[in-house]
Amino acid sequence: MTTLSLAKATLGHGQCPVLREVDAAFAPGEFVALVGPNGAGKSTLLSALAGLNPPIAGTVMLDDQPVAAIPSADRARRIAYMPPDERAVWPVPARTIAALGRMPHRKPLERLAAEDEAVIDAALARTGVSHLAHRRFDTLSSGERARVLLARTLATGAGVLLLDEPTASLDPRHQLGLMEVLAGEAASGKLVVIAAHALDLVARYCSRVLLIDNGRVATDGSPADALCEANLETVFAIKAPGGARPTGWSPL
Amino acid sequence: MRDAKLIAVLLAVCAIAALANLFAGGFPLGALLSGDEAARLILLDLRLPRLVLGLVIGGGLGLTGAVLQGYFRNPLADPGIVGVTSSAGLGAVIALYFGLGGFLGIGVPLFAILGAAVGAATLLFVAGPRAGATTLILSGVAVAALANSLTALMMNLSPNPWALSEIAYWLMGSLANSSWTEVSVAVPLIAAGAGVLAFTARALDALTLGEATARSLGADLARLRIIVVAGSALAVGGGVAVAGAIGFVGLVAPHLLRRFVDHQPSRLLLPAALGGAALLTAADALIRLLSGQGTPLYLGVATALLGVPFFFWLVRTQTRGPV
Repeated sequence: MTTLSLAKATLGHGQCPVLREVDAAFAPGEFVALVGPNGAGKSTLLSALAGLNPPIAGTVMLDDQPVAAIPSADRARRIAYMPPDERAVWPVPARTIAALGRMPHRKPLERLAAEDEAVIDAALARTGVSHLAHRRFDTLSSGERARVLLARTLATGAGVLLLDEPTASLDPRHQLGLMEVLAGEAASGKLVVIAAHALDLVARYCSRVLLIDNGRVATDGSPADALCEANLETVFAIKAPGGARPTGWSPL
Repeated sequence: MRDAKLIAVLLAVCAIAALANLFAGGFPLGALLSGDEAARLILLDLRLPRLVLGLVIGGGLGLTGAVLQGYFRNPLADPGIVGVTSSAGLGAVIALYFGLGGFLGIGVPLFAILGAAVGAATLLFVAGPRAGATTLILSGVAVAALANSLTALMMNLSPNPWALSEIAYWLMGSLANSSWTEVSVAVPLIAAGAGVLAFTARALDALTLGEATARSLGADLARLRIIVVAGSALAVGGGVAVAGAIGFVGLVAPHLLRRFVDHQPSRLLLPAALGGAALLTAADALIRLLSGQGTPLYLGVATALLGVPFFFWLVRTQTRGPV
């Protein structure tokens, strides 16, 4: 059983703290959303959970080991991370992008095994982009790219999925489709943590919300509690009658 | 093997370029066929080492170009343009100037490699890992300018006009003075560099999605930087030590072949090395044909004259949009 936990973790860039004294533990099967204004520290928290940004103080642990101290290949097999606004520099085929997810499973000069190929195909199928596998990545639409990049994260086979704003720049149907896939991953026993601004989607799909404000975790609870009218007013400075309600929309 | 067809084609092109290189430009083929001893010696002791050096140096340049382009995620990178070649030249000139050339016969290559390593490390430091096209070229220009001015200083202070002209001609880049001694110096160094650079393949692929993703996939970027510096210093420095500065092969070869490997950095490495080998060997044959009995054209001058228009064109297309 994999748990990802933070204890009195102060996180930031270099020695400049962005988030102070975060305490939280995440268990398999949870679908967690990090919500908060721009610059609140959602991305900092996600990259710290991914082990890419060691805490200034306190600890970030995967089970009983500090995340940033786990050997990088081992960590990469257990935690998949998708940075915000991820893009490809070279116009490689979509399947090549998804295949990068298998990198932690191979030795430096080793080729993909048949088993890797099967995992890549399965990941592309799960996000519904099998038919795009041989298209050049740069010729795909934003929605198609997002699904290929999600397939890349799934192909790692990691038990922990950390995604920074995966629904940004997607149309409503693609947003719903992507959240359905992530909810399915959580239901299959993975820990999924996303940073998101689409509060109606978070309220509908996520099991838990960390509301981040002013360098602290303001609330940690169910979407209904965390995204209530009063909290949204304090954190986002908006009038939101009834708080964030789950979207009633669904893909056809 | 995934790109077997492409590699077979490139090997065939290398073979054709090699034959042209052996027999182009006044080779007494008839005499060789009738068993003439002088013709045999020309083939074995003059043409053959020159061919081997051309193939190996070209291969090293093509491979280094492909690795640098993958590392900087920028098709404008080339050991010459980013100043690694000039830095290797500076190292070699320092060795010559202080009379270290005879030091176990390895003074010049050793200093060329050190120079290339210092140049590459400076470039990585100045340009930073996320260098855009402009930053990369400006940093490269700065590194090359520094190396060239220090080289000029060495020549300026050179007490001996004969040594001065030696250095000047050698810096232009040429395979004309190749013998098996040069081969025995350069080949092990460039082969070692290629062996080191091969280990960049996986990380270069991961970098396709940027640094954060590469790190999350387990790539160790600090280690990658060391491998890139050490490998390109060996592959470029080894060549510069025996043949001087030969530019643009590392720019052109990867660029021409990238589309045939679906733009994937790791799959480009071997084809770029073969392409570089064929390109340099063919260029060497061509300048021998062109110069005929007159003043020999320098190989480095020829590759620059051919490569610069290509570079101009790349800059025009690159600065207008994505790759």
